[in-house]
Amino acid sequence: MNDLFASLRVCLATMLVCVVGYTAVVLGFAAVCAPDTASGSLLRAKDGTVVGSRLLAQAFTRPEYFWPRPSACDWNGAAAGGSNLSPCNPALAERAQQAIARFGASAANPLPADLATASGSGLDPHISAAAARFQVARVAAARNLPAAEVQAVVDRLAVAPGPFPTGERLVNVLELNLALERR
Amino acid sequence: MLANSPFAGSSLAVLVLVGCALLSWPLGRWLRAAMDPQTASGPLARCDAWFRRLGGGATAGEHGWRRYCVQLLVFNVVMFTVGVLLLALQPGLPLNPDGKGALEWSLVFHTGASFTTNTNLQHYSGEVAMSHGSQLWALMWQQFVSAATGLAALTALARGLAGRPLGNFFVDVQRATFLVLLPLSLLVACLLVLGGMPMTLDGAVQATTLEGAVQTIARGPVAAFVAIKQLGTNGGGFFGPNSTHPFENPSFATNVVTTMALIVLPMACVWLFGRIVGNRRHAVVLFAAMSVLLLAKLGVAMACESAPTPAFAGLPVAGDVGNLEGKELRFGPGAAPLWAVLTTCTSNGSVNCMHDSLNPLTGLVPMVGMWLNETFGGVGVGMINLFVYLVLAVFVAGMMVGRTPEYLSRRVEVHEVKLAVLAMFAHALCILGGTALFAATSWGIGTPNDPGAHGFSEILYEFTSAAANNGSGFEGLGDNTVPWNVATGLVMLLARFVPIVLPLAIAGALAGKRTTAASAGTLAVDTPTFGVMVLATIVFLGALTFLPAAALGPIAEHLQTVR
Amino acid sequence: MAKPPTSLFAAALVRPALVQAVRKLDPRVLARNPVMFVTMLGAVVTTVAIPTAGEELGFVAQLAAWLWFTLLFANFAEAMAEGRGKAQADALRAARSDTMANRLIGQGRIEPVAASALRKGDTVVVAVGETIPADGDVVDGIASVDESAITGESAPVIRESGGDRCAVSGGTRVLSDRIVVRITVERGHGFLDRMIAMVEGARRQKTPNEVALTVLLAALTLIFLLVCVTLQPFGQWAGASFSTPVLVALLVCLIPTTIGALISAIGISGIDRLIQRNVLATSGRAVEAAGDVDVLMLDKTGTITLGNRMATAFLPAPGIAAERLADAAQLASLADETPEGRSIVVLAKQQFQLRGREVQAPHATFVPFTAQTRMSGVDLLGGASKRRIRKGAVEAVREFVAAQGGATDPAVLATAESVARGGGTALLVAEGSQVLGVVHLKDVVKGGIKQRFAQLRAVGIRTVMITGDNPLTAAAIAAEAGVDAFLAQATPETKLARIREEQAKGHLVAMTGDGTNDAPALAQADVGVAMNTGTQAAREAGNMVDLDSNPTKLLEIVEIGKQLIMTRGALTTFSLANDLAKYFAILPAMFAGIYATGPGPGPLAALDVMHLHSPHSAILAAVVFNALVILLLIPLALRGVAWRAAGAAAVLRRNLLVYGLGGVLAPFVGIKALDLLLVALHLV
Repeated sequence: MNDLFASLRVCLATMLVCVVGYTAVVLGFAAVCAPDTASGSLLRAKDGTVVGSRLLAQAFTRPEYFWPRPSACDWNGAAAGGSNLSPCNPALAERAQQAIARFGASAANPLPADLATASGSGLDPHISAAAARFQVARVAAARNLPAAEVQAVVDRLAVAPGPFPTGERLVNVLELNLALERR
Repeated sequence: MLANSPFAGSSLAVLVLVGCALLSWPLGRWLRAAMDPQTASGPLARCDAWFRRLGGGATAGEHGWRRYCVQLLVFNVVMFTVGVLLLALQPGLPLNPDGKGALEWSLVFHTGASFTTNTNLQHYSGEVAMSHGSQLWALMWQQFVSAATGLAALTALARGLAGRPLGNFFVDVQRATFLVLLPLSLLVACLLVLGGMPMTLDGAVQATTLEGAVQTIARGPVAAFVAIKQLGTNGGGFFGPNSTHPFENPSFATNVVTTMALIVLPMACVWLFGRIVGNRRHAVVLFAAMSVLLLAKLGVAMACESAPTPAFAGLPVAGDVGNLEGKELRFGPGAAPLWAVLTTCTSNGSVNCMHDSLNPLTGLVPMVGMWLNETFGGVGVGMINLFVYLVLAVFVAGMMVGRTPEYLSRRVEVHEVKLAVLAMFAHALCILGGTALFAATSWGIGTPNDPGAHGFSEILYEFTSAAANNGSGFEGLGDNTVPWNVATGLVMLLARFVPIVLPLAIAGALAGKRTTAASAGTLAVDTPTFGVMVLATIVFLGALTFLPAAALGPIAEHLQTVR
Repeated sequence: MAKPPTSLFAAALVRPALVQAVRKLDPRVLARNPVMFVTMLGAVVTTVAIPTAGEELGFVAQLAAWLWFTLLFANFAEAMAEGRGKAQADALRAARSDTMANRLIGQGRIEPVAASALRKGDTVVVAVGETIPADGDVVDGIASVDESAITGESAPVIRESGGDRCAVSGGTRVLSDRIVVRITVERGHGFLDRMIAMVEGARRQKTPNEVALTVLLAALTLIFLLVCVTLQPFGQWAGASFSTPVLVALLVCLIPTTIGALISAIGISGIDRLIQRNVLATSGRAVEAAGDVDVLMLDKTGTITLGNRMATAFLPAPGIAAERLADAAQLASLADETPEGRSIVVLAKQQFQLRGREVQAPHATFVPFTAQTRMSGVDLLGGASKRRIRKGAVEAVREFVAAQGGATDPAVLATAESVARGGGTALLVAEGSQVLGVVHLKDVVKGGIKQRFAQLRAVGIRTVMITGDNPLTAAAIAAEAGVDAFLAQATPETKLARIREEQAKGHLVAMTGDGTNDAPALAQADVGVAMNTGTQAAREAGNMVDLDSNPTKLLEIVEIGKQLIMTRGALTTFSLANDLAKYFAILPAMFAGIYATGPGPGPLAALDVMHLHSPHSAILAAVVFNALVILLLIPLALRGVAWRAAGAAAVLRRNLLVYGLGGVLAPFVGIKALDLLLVALHLV
């Protein structure tokens, strides 16, 4: 019985400190040091409406936009998820076939692997620089721009994910499309 | 995994592992000072006085293993009950900006069991089912105290092996929560906030995309949650896809921080153990043995995952970057196998890629991690699991040097062996028995989303994860059903408390024995040879128990792809 | 031991063992060994399934046959180990055949009774040529006794009343003279009876370590049972179904049958090896404890040094002629039959041509040596004068002289000390109140003993030399013999205290002893080896008796104890290591058809790294290997693994390599070879 009371007291104490106190401190720290990212790294249009989060991919289907990686959750920001399919599952081959057709890949010009695969969250905001390069011609044609100009935007926004210079560079699709829009 | 660059991939692993190994040493010192203070004055003694005042009368005195276990179990029953109540009453409780509804009863039971047992197996998707209130009051709170329970249990075990009384659980659990987990979580949470992770009590926001569609963006107090999720080897994600979600792991930097947070406390637990039992060289040997196992698994995982997605064979898809299905690009190459190995070596279970979509043999590596379940392992409990293997290794090795086996100068006899093998058997029974039951009946048939060998792997993985108190999953499994919730819920409870109580009973028994003097003829537990013996014991017992299941799951799937 | 069979596989042992192997198939016997019990159940299930298994009939029949063989081989191993003991027991029993005894019933009257009618406390008279009817102590007389029935040693031994050579055993024969013996045990509890029971293994209980190992093996069996039982539903998922005989074959191959089959033989043969060295342990537990011992308390005399210290010089006191000293010393030693005493007589004769004289009562009263007085001597009544001559330990003689009102010349003490410092023993000789001088006795350390102690040190065993000598002498001999510590001027009390002290520090202590006053120390020691020549009290206090009464035996006893446990550990490791290859033989055979896309084998056939002929040959080869390996390891189980004087780390390394790595590799070779053989013989 003594143990039961002690348990209740310790539960209450830990709850107050670790839930109320701890959360409050971290919230306060976030509000002071990183108010922007703490509320979701939201990107706004000139009128102030939210167009998305810099961290989350969103659907792009029109030819004038760069397209993100396939999403198993249809870019749903409120119910994210991956395909959870075995990498041997024929369903993946089917999806890849569709992507190959959509992006117009061929044996001579194979599709970058990130465009054939869904990310774990379904919200991966990036594509590889190779995947962007793969789409430059289409985007340039749809926008009536020289390919070199589009490629220049891509190159400007492409960054290596980590400190290792050997790694392939990545481009944030939403930021890339926004940059093209704002030109 | 972008760009098949073994250099970048392995440098990340080296950075994280070496960094954590170095950090774990001073952290181990702090753990010892905080968990088992040896001074009667100073700030730590004052903390202890507060803890005794907070806990009331039951915090007085040091106890043997029986009373310690009773205290631990009573506390966990209360923890479970409070957690379940909070989840069941979700719709009526505050901090519910998106108006999340009620949860189904078996899911409430499963989630309660899952977070009480430090497993964090999730049969729900956080941003879909849980209110901010539930995430914080029930889940995050349990992430603190369940990890603290493990740390307390290890401290008690080590005290017993040092021939002392096991201690007082209510004091230990507060020491672990307030002196270890809380400060570390604060530090990591702040780093994550700086790394761009959301930390807000606001609800979802509606975005109008460039193409004019509506995207609902779920948010929440993620940074605070993720810090303890990683540090306490909990692993339960704020969002459904866990640390693959850009809000739960926004960048390369946050990935490094969370990967390190995942392994550093389990590493420090080895030093805590060594310091309390008074044999640091023994701890070094154990640390080295675990590291060898870790590196072996890491090597296999990295090599296998650099192979392209098997389903794309013959298609015009570039194959030079490995398998990218279920992976995020921003973490860089090698980050996914590293995390997959670490999260299943420890009982963390958070993921930064979808394990279900790992190449077949890579997918075997996390399972191996959980079958063995002691490569550093869960906070506190990993070392306790290793202790069970140590008892068996010492028993066989002790005989091989021609003496009645002894561990840390105390004889390992029939009572200790009996309890140790019981723990081993319970682990095997939970995994193999559960898998057999669900593979043969309608409870399991039809729930995987892949056919054949991979479907079997999904079932096997789920029971493995529950039995290892891990919490990761081959998430293609349709596991939010009553049979799955109940079965894995029960397995988690069994697999949590049996492997805590039995080793504590062993420690209690050993504590009461006469010590024998060490000599050149006694088995030294601080030599490389002993490290090899421990490794051999772990690998062999694991292989012999799980090889057939592995053959029918991941190995069969792999061999199908190579033909 | 009476004619012990020497060869490991003498025909006389093998034939009865084969019969026993079949008899031991009794389920009640097998139930004591969980591993073999499960094997038996498997054999029964497979046999019953022969007609209905749905597999090829010949294949299942062969499987069943080999499962039974596995059991028979295990039983054979145990029967072989027991058989050696039985042969010895039979030889002993012959010595126990009922004899008649002459019981003393007051006033020197004698009545003949059957030996079986004797009770504890009776006294009997045993004359030349008669067999001693039961264990007892000699209370009167001296005799030479033939103890070959027990010790196998044909040279007779002297047994006399009083002192430490008074114990006699039932079944031994008096060769000369006549002795009166007080019976000290009840019928059926005699030394011979205990021996017979011991070697027969009739009261053999599992030792603690054996019980713990049995638990481990039972648990492994349970885990493998789980593995095999769950394999059926796992297979169903993949659309496969496994026949019961195949699952049983897998189970029997996985469970640790090798060690399970040999565990009993290992324990019995450990005790048996002791008996072959003429050491009798009262329990298997004592043998195990011997392996754990890390402190040996060794009596200096007889163990470390040759029993006989030799007198090498007479060093007279100032003003005393050397010849007078020699004369007195010789007189004092005439009745002293110890080698030391004799060596003094001899030295006096050599140096001063003094002849041994016949000195007889009533003119002379000999004062015998006792552990308390620590001196001996003679009182001579030559007319009116009375000469009291004493020789003995320096302190003792000093006190004696002081009691007579004399004093000891410091120069004599200095001489004595220099003798002691040199490792010798100084005997002070005094007559009345006058100290005559010092006799220099020298210990001769046994050859090779120093190396032996170095070996012991390497395996972590410390040696403590026990001696009645003074600390100086003890230190010198200790240094010469290379012992780690010594206990000088030991008395039974200090011995006991020293044992307790070592035990309190966590050491396990072994010691040898023979005298009644050794009994408490023998009982206190973790391993107490009583000399067979010792008193009944000593023999009952210890947990081992050395029939040869050779204190050096302690070293071998420790080795045997270590070897026993080591053999268990090595075979457990070997048994488990074997499983890997068996998996690689049986699993591909079972899984070959799974997920096959065409008529050929499925993907898992790739696990068949040994490229075995067919699934049937693979499974059969694994089962046959599993059975044969038991047979092949019987000699190892009976003989024990090779023991080397090395530290624990080196021993572990070696055994891990030989039995661990070897255990992994050997079955790959063995199973492949058997597969080829089975195909060559058209058995599959």
